[in-house]
Amino acid sequence: MEAHVDEQEIRLIINRHYSNCDGLIAVLEEIQTSYGYLPESALRMVADITGRSMVDIYGVATFYRSFSLQPRGRHHICVCMGTACHVRGGPMVAEALERQLGIKAGETTVDGEFTLETVNCLGACALGPIVVADGVYHSKVDAAAAKKLVENLEAEQEQPESEPAAAVSSL
Amino acid sequence: MRLNSLEAFAELRADLFNGMEDAVRTLVIPAGTCGRASGAEEVIQAARKALLQDGIADSVRVRVTGCHGFCEMEPSILVLPDGVFYPRVKPEDVERIALAASRSEIVEELVWADADTSAPIPLQEDIPFFKKQRRAILSRSERVNPEDIESYIASGGYAALFKVLERDDPEWVIGEVKASGLRGRGGAGFPTGMKWEMLAKQPAGDGKYLVCNADEGDPGAYMDRSVLEGNPHIILEGMLIAACATGATEGIIYVRNEYPLAIKHLHLALEQARELGLLGHNILGTDYSFDIRVVRGAGAFVCGEETALIRSIEGSMGEPRQRPPFPIQRGIHGKPTSINNVETWANIPIILEQGAELFASVGAERNSGTKIFSLVGKIKNTGLVEVPMGMTIQEIVYDIGGGPSGDSNIKAVQTGGPSGGCIPASRFDLPIDYDSLARAGSIMGSGGMIVMDGRTCVVDVARYFMGFLKDESCGKCFTCRKGTQRMYELLDDISSGKGTVEHLDLLEKLALVVKDTTMCGLGQTSANPVLSTLRYFREEYLDHIENKRCPAGVCKPLIRYTINENCTGCRACAKNCPADAISGERKQRHVIDAEKCIKCGNCLAACKFNAVEVV
Repeated sequence: MEAHVDEQEIRLIINRHYSNCDGLIAVLEEIQTSYGYLPESALRMVADITGRSMVDIYGVATFYRSFSLQPRGRHHICVCMGTACHVRGGPMVAEALERQLGIKAGETTVDGEFTLETVNCLGACALGPIVVADGVYHSKVDAAAAKKLVENLEAEQEQPESEPAAAVSSL
Repeated sequence: MRLNSLEAFAELRADLFNGMEDAVRTLVIPAGTCGRASGAEEVIQAARKALLQDGIADSVRVRVTGCHGFCEMEPSILVLPDGVFYPRVKPEDVERIALAASRSEIVEELVWADADTSAPIPLQEDIPFFKKQRRAILSRSERVNPEDIESYIASGGYAALFKVLERDDPEWVIGEVKASGLRGRGGAGFPTGMKWEMLAKQPAGDGKYLVCNADEGDPGAYMDRSVLEGNPHIILEGMLIAACATGATEGIIYVRNEYPLAIKHLHLALEQARELGLLGHNILGTDYSFDIRVVRGAGAFVCGEETALIRSIEGSMGEPRQRPPFPIQRGIHGKPTSINNVETWANIPIILEQGAELFASVGAERNSGTKIFSLVGKIKNTGLVEVPMGMTIQEIVYDIGGGPSGDSNIKAVQTGGPSGGCIPASRFDLPIDYDSLARAGSIMGSGGMIVMDGRTCVVDVARYFMGFLKDESCGKCFTCRKGTQRMYELLDDISSGKGTVEHLDLLEKLALVVKDTTMCGLGQTSANPVLSTLRYFREEYLDHIENKRCPAGVCKPLIRYTINENCTGCRACAKNCPADAISGERKQRHVIDAEKCIKCGNCLAACKFNAVEVV
């Protein structure tokens, strides 16, 4: 099921960022911010409006790791796989999250609630392993802390009126 | 308010200097990405509340800054001008610290305690982590609120640019940078002054570009993030000086998408600099015009390579191209382009401010100045350290880093990230400079320094880096695309006990082929982690191959978890086992079923009695 894409909005985004081929990445980034991912129809519109081939646009959209062609979950969990996090057990944390959510890194749960991703370094190397959940950085995470983190996110969606989680948490 | 002349800037600066009261104490709280992840925001709130509640807002101020480097001890408070350092501050202790600061006192039980004697060490400069450092760049982040250009100017910022504009002599600027001996801090170590001279000589035509390469992709290095977040104006100032020296017309800061706070601070800094007339047409009323924009990356390691970076700025896939022509001749949209790393840019105002001679007097021969390293991994004092080049690894790891974080000995450091290599403990007397590291089979790279102890497996680390490079290879050169994949498979075989001695021969051969037949730095250096670990840790590889054993206890297929006689039967491990592999009665020794065990390590983490062992 693809998101409805507003051509007017795509035009505005392109006008804001695109000139002389420069700015395609910024265009795609803003589309992704708006829709949560890059819908195919949006990519086709970008190709039409800029006059670049769809192959070109698709190439850029798939070359860079931060773009997603699939809709992403309501909650976004990202595990750092940088070297410092790796030697401190980052992969174990990623596996624990995979087990708990029942998906592999890069996938979204069937109910559309969680997307699990890995990233190659967030630059907070002194505090690893790092997990970012919905934009909040969690430091020194282990398997138990990762489990709690998912449970907290699940609890949050059951009580939508409750206070939003603190912007920062160290587990 | 736009400043239309150099005099107007001088006046503003004098006003800002006069507004600084030395008697007012400042609680400096670092709140970069790392500080925030450690809880700096709660400490900031507590500090602001304490100043109001206790009525000491006239005598004590709060300054929120970027990261100072000692991330392990964050959230921290530094009291200036005295220099008293409080590590790992809890929100409930902030009020005491603030009150003590207002009375020029020190809360002794909250300051740093000496590791051996437990004696308090109140001053930051006396703490071993800071004592041997020479923090030319990082110390500036303590004095600057990164969201306020006035704070940068008040701390002496834009003084170097002022000097350059006043003197109006591009050749002198290039001469100074050349004389300073500054070499590119991105890894390759190309002399910066020479690069600028080449750019200056290029025909002006329809413009020249300056690029700040802030695509800090090396996993495990984060000094660029720290400088961008903590002191964005120092980068702008460095680029402006280069624009005056080389006649460049447009600047671009290419920054990783993974650094949201850095991007935010850069945008803010650009806006404020434009408002003051430090960017744009006729900078401070002079004939110089230059503007800078931010271009965000989108998560591709190869875009740190300069020709790939140019392609990415042009809105294409970040595939490198053959050089020559070098970007200095044909860069962005075919125009001459000089690309320098964040840390290089940060050094420029320092050189122009203090003079080339003084800058060149620090460091080692042909390696002048300081370099920031990110000291991470199995080390006690994790963080960013800035030292004069030529310091030995021994000094950095033991004197500054405080030695191993656990009870296992340090066996190696990995420098230079995925393009670098491992240096064994037996060679820790090696001075850290571009040339010595290259001779030892590694590289300086951007300055990542991953400390490995007896619980870190070198085969696993080599496999990790190869997995990283295999994923990040752009795929343009066949030998890189397939070679990194094949090397990864060989390393994976070895780490899962399926390796043979022939695997090692093949690895070495393949490593050289990939090195010789690929186009860009990513491919050419991709073999370094393998070759350097084979050179120094062949025994550990052979242990995996011949004895099917991982001495560090890391490679999953070769290890087993067991429970020894220390077990009290508390059931903590069984409760945390996701595979239901642990059985045993309460208060009796438990057993792990090797068939069911998925080796997740939860039991080891859950056990408080040292009863779970990896064999």
